[in-house]
Amino acid sequence: MNGLMRWQRPELATWPGFGRLTNLRDEIDRLFEAPLAELTRTSQLLSGWTPAIDLYEDKDNVFVKAELPGMNKEDIEVSFHNGTLSVSGERKSEKKHEDAEVYRAERFFGRFQRAVTLPTPVAADKVKAQYQDGILTITLPKTEEAKPKHIDVNVT
Amino acid sequence: MNTTTQQEPRAVANRATRQEFVVPEVNIFETKDGYVLEAEMPGVNKSGLEITLEGNEITITGRRHTETLPGNALFRESQSYDYRRVFELDPAIDTTKVSAKMDQGVLTLTLPKSEKVKPRKIKVD
Repeated sequence: MNGLMRWQRPELATWPGFGRLTNLRDEIDRLFEAPLAELTRTSQLLSGWTPAIDLYEDKDNVFVKAELPGMNKEDIEVSFHNGTLSVSGERKSEKKHEDAEVYRAERFFGRFQRAVTLPTPVAADKVKAQYQDGILTITLPKTEEAKPKHIDVNVT
Repeated sequence: MNTTTQQEPRAVANRATRQEFVVPEVNIFETKDGYVLEAEMPGVNKSGLEITLEGNEITITGRRHTETLPGNALFRESQSYDYRRVFELDPAIDTTKVSAKMDQGVLTLTLPKSEKVKPRKIKVD
């Protein structure tokens, strides 16, 4: 049957990827030919789970969005220290499938951590986070000093 | 043996079709009652989900609800394309009983086997 893969425990799955990376020629070929998604997968093999993060800003807030499908809200940790926002947590594998035969195991389970340095000072005590449809949205209000000021110019 | 298999490889799917899609990552299990398929589609809710059965193929399409955040993107790693993936179904699956659930961006499809292919005990008289 085409496309069937033997299941491997996630910690073992790092080895074939690592072996592939040692072949520099192959890796260079892949850089030019592989679509971006493939590259992301390679980096995931080495570093575990790297959820995608987006950073936006408007005049009052900085927003951080992280794609974290299938988490429990309680397992997501958000911390802010010294201008750096850190999102970490653990996605736990569901036990109920243990007796089943595994055909595909592409989803990553385990710990992850991402950190992002914010471009402007924010009010750490007013940071809010919301988790919906597998996306974590963090709203960080800018401090008054960091907001753009409008200054009227009087021409006399 | 007939199994749930991926119909189109990632790269082909991207090049052959005009519209681009993200191929969601999946886990597939077989139990004695049927198959369970989990697909990761962050940003998709129940209303953005479209599952079509055609012959022995099942197509999962997930459309992101695009409430764009105000302001400018300073950097962006997430993709804006919708999700799509096609699977070939084991003929043992009772397609009238396929059910789907969406929870925090993870789709869980339950594909039960039809009664006649389930293992059962034969009573000896």
